[in-house]
Amino acid sequence: MHSFGHRANAVATFALTILAAMCFAASFSDSFNSPTPAASAQILNINWFQKEANANDEVSMTLNISADLSSLFTWNTKQVFVFVAAEYETPQNALNQVSLWDGIIPAKEHAKFLIHTTNKYRFIDQGSNLKGRDFNLTMHWHIMPKTGKMFADKIVMTGYQLPEQYR
Amino acid sequence: GDILFLRMSKEPIRTGEIVVFNVDGREIPIVHRVIKVHERQESAEVDILTKGDNNFEDDRLLYAHGELWLQQHHIMGRAVGYLPYVGWVTIVMTEKPIIKYLLIGALGLLVIMSKD
Repeated sequence: MHSFGHRANAVATFALTILAAMCFAASFSDSFNSPTPAASAQILNINWFQKEANANDEVSMTLNISADLSSLFTWNTKQVFVFVAAEYETPQNALNQVSLWDGIIPAKEHAKFLIHTTNKYRFIDQGSNLKGRDFNLTMHWHIMPKTGKMFADKIVMTGYQLPEQYR
Repeated sequence: GDILFLRMSKEPIRTGEIVVFNVDGREIPIVHRVIKVHERQESAEVDILTKGDNNFEDDRLLYAHGELWLQQHHIMGRAVGYLPYVGWVTIVMTEKPIIKYLLIGALGLLVIMSKD
């Protein structure tokens, strides 16, 4: 056990083992974080609400989305992916989740925000079930670590409703 | 060059999850996020739309011709965690096979030469 090869092998194996242990410890430290996120969303305006040529309903809306997700960030956080989805049920579908807006928060400093936006992705139903439809706006976040396990959670905001008539 | 940890459970696919899927006819699987889910009332059938976080468009152009949605059977797993940079070893070995041979040769020599 004195040759260069043996020593190099021993050192390399030891180094990789320590590296793996550190990655595991870094990820494990994330489980001690007890985050207190806050979020809210308001629909400022329904811009239009139509039945398409292919018989699917589509709605365009302008939203205010605000949140404080700074408590989600730890030293092991690379970025947080956040999105707001409209969630509703129809006679045909037990669950519909349509992402309306998403963003990437690269650092804790950017985690408290207020966004004024129209829906980034088209809110299209499968069919024509949206008139007067009640729906939730749920803010989901996915924490992408520098290394290790990804965490995800959400805040459900209820009480939204689409118009009874097309406009 | 990162290594992704994947898991496939019976839990239904929901928006936000990062999934690995194969499009019919393409050999390389794609790892993207689910942005739309429509799940039927009676059956567990589900229509899924995915998009890469940094892409401007959703993945519809990548799906097989005429397909607007992915189904459960396209999804091979979900990403649950990852280790950065460790995958570079694999990439280097694939792109310059000589390194692979050198590495295996050196390890083989070590094994032969050790007296234990």
